[in-house]
Amino acid sequence: MRHIISLLMANEAGALSRVSGLFSARGYNIESLTVAPTEDATLSRMTIVTSGSDEVIEQINKQLNKLVDVVSVMDLSDGDHIERELMLVKVRAEGADREELKRMSDIFRGRVIDVSDKTYTIELTGAGSKLDSFLQAIDRKLILETVRTGASGIGRGERILKI
Amino acid sequence: MELTGAEITIRCLQEEGVEYVFGYPGGAVLFIYDELFKQETVKHVLVRHEQAAVHAADGYARSTDKVGVALVTSGPGVTNAVTGIATAYMDSIPMVVISGQVPTSFIGEDAFQEVDAVGITRPCVKHNFLVKDVKDLASTLKKAFYLAKSGRPGPVLVDIPKDVSNTKTAFEYPSTVNIRSYHPQVAGDANLIKQAAQMLLEAKRPMVYAGGGVILSDAAKQLTDLVRLIDAPCTNTLMGLGGYPASDKQFVGMLGMHGTYEANMGMQNCDVLLAVGARFDDRVIGNVAHFNSVPRKIIHLDIDPASISKRVKVDVPLVGDVANVLGELIKVLKSSKQKPDAAAHKDWWKQIDEWRGANSLVYKNSSELIKPQFVIETLHKITRGDAYVASDVGQHQMWAAQYYKFDQPRRWINSGGLGTMGFGLPAAMGVQLAHPDATVACVTGEGSIQMNIQELSTCKQFNLPIKIIALNNRYLGMVRQWQEFFHGNRYSQSYMDALPDFVKVAEAYGHVGILVEKPSDVEGALQEAFARKDELVFLDFRTDSTENVYPMVPGGRGLSEVILAEDL
Repeated sequence: MRHIISLLMANEAGALSRVSGLFSARGYNIESLTVAPTEDATLSRMTIVTSGSDEVIEQINKQLNKLVDVVSVMDLSDGDHIERELMLVKVRAEGADREELKRMSDIFRGRVIDVSDKTYTIELTGAGSKLDSFLQAIDRKLILETVRTGASGIGRGERILKI
Repeated sequence: MELTGAEITIRCLQEEGVEYVFGYPGGAVLFIYDELFKQETVKHVLVRHEQAAVHAADGYARSTDKVGVALVTSGPGVTNAVTGIATAYMDSIPMVVISGQVPTSFIGEDAFQEVDAVGITRPCVKHNFLVKDVKDLASTLKKAFYLAKSGRPGPVLVDIPKDVSNTKTAFEYPSTVNIRSYHPQVAGDANLIKQAAQMLLEAKRPMVYAGGGVILSDAAKQLTDLVRLIDAPCTNTLMGLGGYPASDKQFVGMLGMHGTYEANMGMQNCDVLLAVGARFDDRVIGNVAHFNSVPRKIIHLDIDPASISKRVKVDVPLVGDVANVLGELIKVLKSSKQKPDAAAHKDWWKQIDEWRGANSLVYKNSSELIKPQFVIETLHKITRGDAYVASDVGQHQMWAAQYYKFDQPRRWINSGGLGTMGFGLPAAMGVQLAHPDATVACVTGEGSIQMNIQELSTCKQFNLPIKIIALNNRYLGMVRQWQEFFHGNRYSQSYMDALPDFVKVAEAYGHVGILVEKPSDVEGALQEAFARKDELVFLDFRTDSTENVYPMVPGGRGLSEVILAEDL
């Protein structure tokens, strides 16, 4: 099953490689991994999307907790949470396609953030599945580039990941 | 007062009470070696290869309850140390490895003798540090010792660039450590302990399976008390030998691939299993599905939550320090009005005794060929079971584990998890330095000993009177055994041709060598060797070259699917 795991870790050199190394060494899947500093300069927050049986996910949580640099771990999938991913898509936008692409972007609540004679770059935010749907909804031949951040997640309401 | 990084390093070792540092000098650690030279508190043991430095620190740590310390230079110094570090990691041995690094301004430029030490050791250390600022050095070393020893112990590497060791800063050794993300759980959960106690009291066929965690936690006494209290048979893993007295009537021997019939059958057929400081690894329970195919309740006590339910699902997880939690468990059991089910236990012990009757460690002695088992049995007799036995890896290791009956913890020193050939001799050096008056034997084979034979030189320099018991069968015996069983007798590269004359090798290094070729000479040779109290003696026993280790649970099979010697 797909799980989205959030963790806080010491913002130190090598911390990221300890986490990614753990996943590769133990053969765990990584669908996406994002990491950036938090409002506390000593901490980074990481979101990992992974999949596996209940036993594997339990081990992933335990092994992450065991890393000395990891301060706290939360499996967001254990409760209500929100996840968002940002995607930038550069498309060939000429002739009739120009209007159609703008229309599709609007439907998906995207924004055209760069325009040239022959291209649009569309920014889209949402759950991963929404971004997938957008890519399926437009003419595949028109897609020049896509770049996605991978999922970031946060618990709903009082579900808070803190030290 | 301001001190250089090198001075601070030595001061920190002194503060930690470090007695021995095992190491090898080189460019990046010259300032540190210079400071070592200027003092006498911390003694340095110069090995002949960095792998041996780490194994020696490891042997020192295993035979005491202290942190082993190794010191190596950058580049090849660190890469040579990696096997030793991985060995310690797999067996959870507390150790601090200090490595030199090229100066900070050179890092990343492929400088001479540069290697990414932190990167290369990351998967096989509990934690590691690169110290880029001398101001962080003292606190980092403090953390390193704390991390190495606390919780589930393990090796910690501290990489110190050359310029950091030569830069001055104010020195103060921190008295406490606080790592906000690291709080190992020591005490167990009281409710779960009660549950466990109840389960043990209700057991009709209880079994205790204890591993290296008992040794690391110094919990042999608590384990023994508990096992007697609940009237259960007790088995030890390879790492746990000595954690329960082998001569006790409730001991059923080692379990696992080469475990006794009674231990493995007991594991498979018990109704309540208490696992203590052990991790259900593949060499211990064989095929997981087969192990799980019979119902039993499992209580698992370990300080590392990640060890629990990793391979086998458990009913009562007890996270905490083994000695602490066993102590609590004993209290609860003693205060309970309920007593173990005597009638059921009587039947269980009858069953255990029946399995014991299979006499699975029996071997046919010979008056022509030296049987390796006979050498170990005689070693046990001559040393009155009181030696520290450091072992290498292979058949001889299994025979030592099976036939040297360890009654005390920290006497059996072997590479259980990683299975590192070449471990034995350097580990024995660490043991002998830690216990200068004790009898130290290194049980090895002609294959393993050659992987670190250069350490005979270190033994000479530091007057280490180790007794090397080489079971020389001219084969990489364990490889040969598997080839015989599973690869149609095709002995691919497992025969050792062109062996050196080990007696002459020993003599060349300034030691005593004895060649033993006849069974009738085994006891006399051992007596002579151990009578030479101040000398290293290399005993080259020419043993039966085709002897196999039994019993054997073939890889991937279940614990009850065992091959006994008599089956063949």
